[in-house]
Amino acid sequence: MDQPIAAEGIERAITAFVSERVKAEVPVGQDLFDSGLVSSMFAMELVVHLEQEFSVQILGDDLKRDNFRSIGAMTALVGRLLGAGQSADA
Amino acid sequence: MTQGSTVTQQPPIVKCLVWDLDNTLWQGTLLEDGRVTLPGPVRELIAELDSRGILQSVASKNDHDQAWNQLQALGVAEYFVLPRIGWGPKSDAVREIAAELNFALGTIAFVDDQPAERAEVQFHLPEVRCYPAEELSGLAALPEFSPPTVTVDARRRRQMYQAGFQRKAAEEEFTGPSEDFLRSLELVMDIGRATEEQLSRVEELTLRTSQMNATGVHYSLADLRTLLADPRHEVLVTVLTDRFGPHGAVGLQLLEKHPRVWNLKLLATSCRVVSFGAGSVILNWLVDEASRAGVHLVADFRRTERNRMMDIAYRFAGFTDEACDCRAGLPAPAHEDIQRLHLIPEPHAPSPTVKLNAVSLQGG
Ligand SMILES: [Zn+2]
Repeated sequence: MDQPIAAEGIERAITAFVSERVKAEVPVGQDLFDSGLVSSMFAMELVVHLEQEFSVQILGDDLKRDNFRSIGAMTALVGRLLGAGQSADA
Repeated sequence: MTQGSTVTQQPPIVKCLVWDLDNTLWQGTLLEDGRVTLPGPVRELIAELDSRGILQSVASKNDHDQAWNQLQALGVAEYFVLPRIGWGPKSDAVREIAAELNFALGTIAFVDDQPAERAEVQFHLPEVRCYPAEELSGLAALPEFSPPTVTVDARRRRQMYQAGFQRKAAEEEFTGPSEDFLRSLELVMDIGRATEEQLSRVEELTLRTSQMNATGVHYSLADLRTLLADPRHEVLVTVLTDRFGPHGAVGLQLLEKHPRVWNLKLLATSCRVVSFGAGSVILNWLVDEASRAGVHLVADFRRTERNRMMDIAYRFAGFTDEACDCRAGLPAPAHEDIQRLHLIPEPHAPSPTVKLNAVSLQGG
C-alpha cells in the first residue's frame, strides 16, 4: 500500500496533538512511554482521540501498547486501519 | 414538585448541613460582642454529624477572617468545608456550596436562628431543608440525618473532600508535565487483603465504578464474605493516600488462584483516581506478583456501555486474546459474555510516581 500523502497528513495531525498535550516538540520516532512523556491515562486518551480524528475503530489486539509507543507507530496503525477500510481502491 | 405518589417515601438523607454562626453555631454576635461561646451540645453535634459522613459548611454574614479565626480558636474549623463568610445573600452561599460539592439542592440542609434568613434561602432554593436554631438539639435524631449504613470511608468523607479541594488547587497551579505533578502528590498506595471493616465500601465499589469495572458484575456483601473465607480466592483492596490526605479505598481485585494460572475475576477502581494512573499501578503490581509466582494470568472482561477504559487498560498491560493451555484449567465464567484475556507475566519495575506497599500473594 503506497499512500505517502495520506501518511504524511496522519503523522502531522498526530504530532500536533501529542506535542500540544505534552507541551513539547516530540520527534516521530521518540518512545513516548520510555521517555515518561505519556502516562497510562494519556495513552487511553490517545486511543479515543485517534478513533475520533480518523474515524477508525481500534479493537482487540490492535490496542496493544506497541501500537501507541511513538508517533510513527500510531501513524502506521491508523494508516493500516484506514487502508483496510478502503480496500476497494487499494 | 411531584405530589401524591411519594407521600410515604423517606426524606432523602442530608449530605451537607450549612450552618449560620451568630446565635446558631455559637452564642453571641461576633461583631458586636467580640466574644462568643460554643455550647457543648453543639460541639458534640458537629462531631457526631461528621462521624456519620455528613459534610458541614458555613453561610454567615460576618467578617471572613475574624469569623474563621474564631472557628479555629473554638477548635472546630477543621470540620467545615467550603465556608462562605461575607455579606452576600445566604441563598447564593448555599447554592455555591452545593454546586462546588456537586450535590443536589435536595440533599442540602440549612440551619439559622433568623427567620428572615431561612425564608430568603427557602424562597430561592425551595428544595433546601431549613431548620431553626432551636431544633439543633433534636437534629441528630431526625431520619434525614441518619444514614442507614456508615462505611469506613463515610466517616472520613470530610477529610477526603478537603484533600480533594487542595489537590484541585495544586493541580491548577501546577503547569509542568503531568508525571511531575503526580510525583509532587507523593502518592502512597497500599494493597492488602480486605478486612471485614472494609467490606461494605468494597461492595459499594463494585456498584459505583461503572467506567472502571472490568465485568460490570456486582458482588454482594455475602458473596464477598464467602470469597474472603475461601483460601483459593484473594479479595484485595487498594487504599490510596497523598500529601493532602486519604482517598480511601479506591480499588478492588478478586483473584482465583490455580496452580498454573491466576484468574483475575474482577478489577474495579474508583473513577476519582483514574487520572492518577491508579488502575495501571494495580495491574502492573499484579503482573509482577504473577511473574514471581511463575503463573499465567487470565483476566475476565465483559464489555459494558461504559467500561472501554478497562479494555484499554488490560490491552496496554499486554493482555491478549491468544490461546494457551492454561485456559483449559479454569472453570467456566459466571456470565456467558465474559471474555478471557491472557498474559504471560514478566517482571515489572515499580511505578515512578506511586510508593507501593503491598501484600505478597505467593504461597497460601
Ligand atoms: Zn497461559
